[in-house]
Amino acid sequence: MTRPDDEDFPVPAPTLDRSAAAAAAARFAASAAASGAADLAYAQIDSPVGRLVAAATPVGLVTLSYEDFRGGLDAVLEELAAKVSPRIVAAPARLEQTRRELDEYFAGRRTHFDVPLDWSLSRDFTRRILQATAEIPFGATATYGAMATAAGNARASRAAGRALGSNPIPIIVPCHRVIGTSGRLTGYTGGIERKIKLLEIEGISLG
Amino acid sequence: MPAATPTPVPFQRFLDAHRDLVWRYLAGMVGAVDADDCFQETFLAALRAYPELRPGSNERAWVLTIAHRKALDHLRGRGRRAVPTDTVPDVPHHDPPPGEDAIWVRVRALPPKQRAALTLRYAGDLTHAEVALALGTSEEAARRSAHEGLKTLRAQEAAR
Repeated sequence: MTRPDDEDFPVPAPTLDRSAAAAAAARFAASAAASGAADLAYAQIDSPVGRLVAAATPVGLVTLSYEDFRGGLDAVLEELAAKVSPRIVAAPARLEQTRRELDEYFAGRRTHFDVPLDWSLSRDFTRRILQATAEIPFGATATYGAMATAAGNARASRAAGRALGSNPIPIIVPCHRVIGTSGRLTGYTGGIERKIKLLEIEGISLG
Repeated sequence: MPAATPTPVPFQRFLDAHRDLVWRYLAGMVGAVDADDCFQETFLAALRAYPELRPGSNERAWVLTIAHRKALDHLRGRGRRAVPTDTVPDVPHHDPPPGEDAIWVRVRALPPKQRAALTLRYAGDLTHAEVALALGTSEEAARRSAHEGLKTLRAQEAAR
């Protein structure tokens, strides 16, 4: 059934300026992130250990994900939408400090990170383990047992391993600097090759 | 992932999916020059209300309802700012701004309901049922508004 008002005066759709729509959307995302109307801003950051997805709340950097290891950008964003907030926008300017500090780190010009962190994705023992890990200096290593002790439970080295495996902010919270006793390399969030590469960058050889 | 608890869609994906549609609709309603202000306000309101959007809702109709409200606010504001004149042309005869189709300049001169129904139907590419949803009216009323608008446009076309 065709109604006369459907067909006999075809009003042409207005000329769509796709670049204008895209630019308006990018302006929206940037200002929503800057004003705090969006709960999360994200950006993709290229690095020598692969592409990273960085996400920040108004408090600070909340996750840094190895894009491929986490199932791609969409999977990373969906996880953030479920765990933190669906109000998430692409806003590279909000992640500029993170990008710059990572660039400097990989270029050998930075040995500690100053970007503010948001610890809200980890709790209790896990958070204490990660915060202790954040104190391990560039070029040094520590054992899981030492991290467990630092978090207040010397016998919980296995739990320390699990906590580090769930590190939402790798590289910047340097869980790659935590190794088994006698230098044994165990798993890494992002794959063991990346752990080796990060340790190499810091001048640590585990040959 | 259990199907019973659908994960929320990240807002950026919602923005990517609907930005062209909203832009086209607003350009039709308020013109390309003023579309950006309305676009920013539309998505800001959508972002604020976003967590309440139920999975499986008609996202297009939802975001166009917001865009429609913002366009009407904008047109009302412009009406208040307008300077009254003695001569009111029946048909706007000024040239369309660059990049705008002449027909949409005439659509914008129609009464608000007709303008909205035509813009949602033909620039928003909504069905009459979705137009009704976006305007908060019945489908029959939405059809009627579109029909009246088209009748006026046809009459103008014939008089040229």
